[in-house]
Parts: sequence; C-alpha cells; structure tokens
Amino acid sequence: MTKEFLSGNEAFAYGVKLSRPHVISAYPITPQTTVVEKLATLVEKGELKADFIHVESEHSALSAAIGASAVGARTFTATSSQGLLYMAECLPYAAGGRFPIVMMNANRSTALPWNIYGDQRDSLTLLDSGWIQAYAKDAQEALDLALMSFYIAEDKRVATPVMVNLDGFTLTHTYEAVEVPSDDEAEGFLPDYETDNKLSLEEPKNMAFTAGPDTNTEFKYKEHLGVLAARDVISECEGRFEEYFGRKYTGLVEQYRTEDAEYIVITLGTLYKSVCECVDKLRDRNRKVGCLRLRYLRPFPKTELIEALKGVKAVGVLEKDISFGNEGTVYTNVCSALQQSSFNQPCSNYIAGLGGRDVPLSDIEEIFEDLEREQNGVHFVGLEE
Amino acid sequence: MSVNVNTLREDEYFFGHKACAGCGGALAVRIALKVIGPNAIATIPAGCMSAVGFNFPQLCFKNNAIISTFAGTASMMTGIEAGLKALGKKDYKVVGFAGDGGTADIGIQALSGAIDRNDDVLYICYDNEAYMNTGIQKSSLTPFGARTTTTPAGRNIKGNQKVKKNMFEIVAAHGIRYCATASIGYLQDFMNKVEKAASIKGTSYIHVLAPCPTGWGIKTDECVEVAKEVVDCGLWYLAEYEHGTYRLNRRPREFTDVAHYIRRQDRFKHLSDTEIKEITLQRDAKWQLLDKQYFSK
Ligand SMILES: Cc1ncc(C[n+]2csc(CCOP(=O)(O)OP(=O)(O)O)c2C)c(N)n1
Ligand code: SF4
Ligand SMILES: [Mg+2]
Repeated sequence: MTKEFLSGNEAFAYGVKLSRPHVISAYPITPQTTVVEKLATLVEKGELKADFIHVESEHSALSAAIGASAVGARTFTATSSQGLLYMAECLPYAAGGRFPIVMMNANRSTALPWNIYGDQRDSLTLLDSGWIQAYAKDAQEALDLALMSFYIAEDKRVATPVMVNLDGFTLTHTYEAVEVPSDDEAEGFLPDYETDNKLSLEEPKNMAFTAGPDTNTEFKYKEHLGVLAARDVISECEGRFEEYFGRKYTGLVEQYRTEDAEYIVITLGTLYKSVCECVDKLRDRNRKVGCLRLRYLRPFPKTELIEALKGVKAVGVLEKDISFGNEGTVYTNVCSALQQSSFNQPCSNYIAGLGGRDVPLSDIEEIFEDLEREQNGVHFVGLEE
Repeated sequence: MSVNVNTLREDEYFFGHKACAGCGGALAVRIALKVIGPNAIATIPAGCMSAVGFNFPQLCFKNNAIISTFAGTASMMTGIEAGLKALGKKDYKVVGFAGDGGTADIGIQALSGAIDRNDDVLYICYDNEAYMNTGIQKSSLTPFGARTTTTPAGRNIKGNQKVKKNMFEIVAAHGIRYCATASIGYLQDFMNKVEKAASIKGTSYIHVLAPCPTGWGIKTDECVEVAKEVVDCGLWYLAEYEHGTYRLNRRPREFTDVAHYIRRQDRFKHLSDTEIKEITLQRDAKWQLLDKQYFSK
C-alpha cells in the first residue's frame, strides 16, 4: 500500500489497473478523458497488461467491450454524458447478455444546452438499462469501487455490468490523498474471472439470441434477480474488502448522524460531504438533522431507506437531476420505496447543481429549514426567475 | 488454393434455420463457414441471418456465433478478437456476416474503425440490396430503379433513384490488407476468396452479392442463376484488392443482355425500356472506369 495524491479519475484508473482487466475499450470525452489517458500510460509503461482498443465511438466502445466479455475477458470502459447516451443501445444489451463489464461514468450534464460540468442527468436517464449503478463520494471510494465492482459484477449470482459514477470535475478532477493497494494485495482480493457464459472453442455456443414471448419473461426475470442478488454480494464483497484493506463500507446506503434525526436529507455522490458539513453546523445549534447517501441506485436500497427513515419528521431528496415534466428521478425512486412502507411524513425534492452550478452550504441550510415547514413537492434550489 | 467442391468440409455449421427457400444470404453464410471450419466465431448483426438463425431454443450455428447490435458487427468482432488474444487463445477466426444495410449504412463507422486498426477479423457483407428483415426497404446498396417499400414505383417516383454505393472501393481506400467482391452465382470464386481472406492476419473484407427471392421477386430456384447473370451482364463484377492493387477476376468479353436480367425480377417490373437503357449506359460507364482506372492489367 502507498499513499498518493490523486484526482478521482486517476484513483479510479489505479483501481482498474489493480483489477487486471484484459481489455479496455474507450473513447475520450470531458471529464472522463484523464481516466483513459492514465490507463493508456499504465499500459505503455507495461504496468498494466491489457489490450487497449482505440475505438472510433462510444457505441463501438461498449459493443467491443461486450464482444470481449462474451469470450470471458475482464473488460473495462469509461465515458460521460453524450458518450453514455451515444452507447445507450449497448447498455441493456450488456445487461441482458449478463456480461459483467465495469464502466466508469463521469457524471455530466446532457445537451442541449451544451455543458461539460457535472450533474446526474446522464446516468439517471439510463437507470433502467439493467446495470448496477454506484455513486462515489470521494477519490478513495472511487478507487475502491473500481476494485469491488469487478468482484460484484463477476459473481455468478449477479453476472451484471456495473456503472460507477463520479461527479464530473468535483470528483473526477479534484485531488485528494488516496491509499493505493499493492498489486499483490489487490490480486488476493479479486480472483480471476471465471464463467461459463462465454463463447468457447472447446464448447461452441450461440449467444445473444432472440427469445420470443414464450421465454422472454423468464430471461428478464432472471436478469432482475441478478441485480437483486447484488444486495448480498455487495455486503459480502465489502466484508472481504475490509479484511484485505481495512476500509469499511456500509452497503447500499451511508448515513451520517441519522440515529435520532428528525430531518434527513437524502443525496448521492459528492454532495454528501457538503450535506454532512451542514449537518454538523446545525447539530451545533441543537437541530436534530442527518444525512443519508444512496451509494447504489440499482439495486435500490428500499429496505435500508425504510429502516433509516423510521420516526423522521420530514425528508428531502437533493439531486442534480430533473426528469422533465415530473420530478427528480431519485425522488421518484425514494417516494416509491416509502409509499410501500408505513412512512407518512412530508418528502420533498430539491433540484440543485444542474450543469455544474455550485451548491453552497447556505443552500443546504435553507433546505433543512424548508423541511421544518413540512412541504411536499419539487423545488429548484437557487432558481433565478 | 485447395478448397473446392470435392475438398469442402462435409460438416454443416448453419442449418435448421428459418430462411426463405432459395435464400442467397443463407447460402453465403453456410458456404463461408464450411470453408473456414469449426473454429470460426461468427458475429451477425440484426438482419435476416440473425433473425432466421437464433430463435431460442432453436439455435442454428454449430460453431460459436453471437448476434451483435445492428451497427456493431465490426466493433463486436474487434472486442471478441481482443478478448481471445488477451486470454492467449490461438487458432480461431472471427468472421462477421452483415447485410448491406448493416454494412454500408448503420455499420460503416464501426467497419471503418476496425479496418483502420487492422483488427484481425474477416468481415463478409452479404448484399441482398435492401433491408430485407424489416420488409424490403431501400439501403444505400439498393440498385438504381429497384422498387422497395420505401422507394415505391408509382407515377411520380419510379423506384430507387440513387445508384449503388461502392463499398468495395470505399473499403479498399482504407488500405485494407485484402478485400474482394464475389457472388453466390460464382461459388468457387467465393470459396477461394473466403479461404484467402481467412488466412490473412489483419482485416479482410468480402462483399458477396446474395439475391433474396422474397425481396427481388424471383423464383426460389432462380437465385443462383440470377446471381450468375448479374455478373455476366456486367452489373456486378468479381474483383480483389491486395497489396494496394486491384485485380479483376473475370472480364466478360461480351456482356449478356441487361434487359433479360432486369425483366426477370419483380422489383424492376415497372421499368420502361428507356430506363433499362439508362441502366445499361450506367453499366458501360462503370466498366470504362474500371478498365481504365483499376483493372487495366
Ligand atoms: C439500431 C437499429 N435500428 C434499426 C433496426 C431494425 N432493423 C433490424 S434488421 C434491419 C434491416 C437489415 O438489413 P440488412 O442489413 O440489409 O440485412 P437483411 O435483413 O437484408 O439481411 C433493420 C432496419 C435495429 N435492429 N437496430
Ligand atoms: S427475406 Fe430474403 S434475405 Fe431474408 S431470409 Fe428470406 S430470402 Fe433470405
Ligand atoms: Mg439486406
């Protein structure tokens, strides 16, 4: 183990390197570029023995990744925003084929208007593509999620691709001290990828076929079970991770000062740290507030949420996203979970940080104040009208 | 070249599928796989060949085979090849079978990328001159005058008004290791080319004309004959590109009658003698160019 000063993208690249992928296939886009540049450098130096494919588009990046995964190779790709949307056709394809590809997505606004900065509209547009979705809060977690994602994706019970999301710029380009495991430590943690779900010269197969109305539901149901199975596998994986590296992760959600909290803000990604800071400040003023971070959106932490929100007076969902004509997608998911429990308190939605707009502590403080007014509904934070 | 009717493998690799009787595309796939053998890894995009061959649980390939996205034949092949190489596998050939639409329209970007990288794959375009699987719509390889469901023949428009895109030369212009045109009407020539292309280390491409009785409006037992006639009348040609030079495999001294080729197909039924004359002139102009620019030797 060494300690290094790395950006989120570089940390993720080290996590990928430690995962020993056979094939990397990616196309450049801001703010993802530095992760593939770093990987290319590692390949060039001989520190990473992977086949780096210089594809001519994101559609080809993921299509090639599917091909490589379909012969049993460990495969990585990375993209962002327009690139993620451009490869969209291949996302359900990879998931339905049960190919455990790992992708890093640098969360970025989607055009129009053009904007290269961070929000979560890109990955949330594809929330229903069958991929497991994780959201990192800092560079250390980014590296750790890279390693853990291969473990989770490749588990036979799961056999599902994983998309790890890093907030554009606020995480991808922000430098922090990061613990980087040694190759040997990582090798012990992450076994080689073994699967029968592959084309094989010894046992030829026909794959990625058509399944008509008579069998389609069964295939889709199994796919659904695969994503659900990730719940247990994530927890097993994190237990193993702690044994190997001493860092503890908390499953599908992470909570901060929620035990006796009356008002909780739910968020994801790097916003968590800002909300936690605000919670400390308000706690100093004896306000019973807390924060909950959704580490994974698929599988969705339904039971964890219901459990965590017991006895709470009001909940706010703070997200960098809007599903036009409705509400924030994270909010929709949270409300659906709560509606399936006895939770009967106000739950409101705060849309912030679109196109990379800063979310200052004062805005978060206002959100907590707003919660005490027991409002429901959708609010655009800091909107100039 | 060793492969011929007598030495061709007895084994079948593509059978029990639902292609229409007399399907030229199915014949091209079947023969190519018999030439390449059991270690072919076939990639087939959305299109007739995947629609007829992969209906779970009736899976019709004896060798490894996988459906790609419509646009992703070449890119998926790239990935398969990269994966196998990275895993240290040897003795296989990654081969793609894509339609004219999957090749010249939606898949041309991925194909261009694969050739540019010189990935070790063999790409075979079976050209039936329209989007057949979706019900006979125009592609950029639909010939001038042909009626399709999106280029109807009526009083105002008389079928497709564009000439066929020249995929062979587009591919050759990449400086590819090897590419060729072929027709299922000249099967020995096609087999030779598949054998040769499969032996190449790097990207190779074969463009095989493969009539579709359903879409062309010909009898099911006429498919091979029509595929022969299109070469004999000069509307298609058999050629190769290798080491930067073009070679013509067959230069008919005298072309057979274009009108005969046209008149036997329902898709051209609406064409007048004047329009057939125009097609004949297009052919002559094309051959002047071929003879002069590329195939003078
Ligand atoms: C992205 C995408 N667009 C459209 C389709 C619908 N589609 C499936 S097959 C096909 C036509 C295929 O034509 P071609 O490649 O010429 O093959 P053929 O069916 O003639 O054998 C189309 C348009 C699709 N599957 N995917
Ligand atoms: S429609 Fe044409 S190409 Fe498709 S299976 Fe039938 S004959 Fe073959
Ligand atoms: Mg076609």
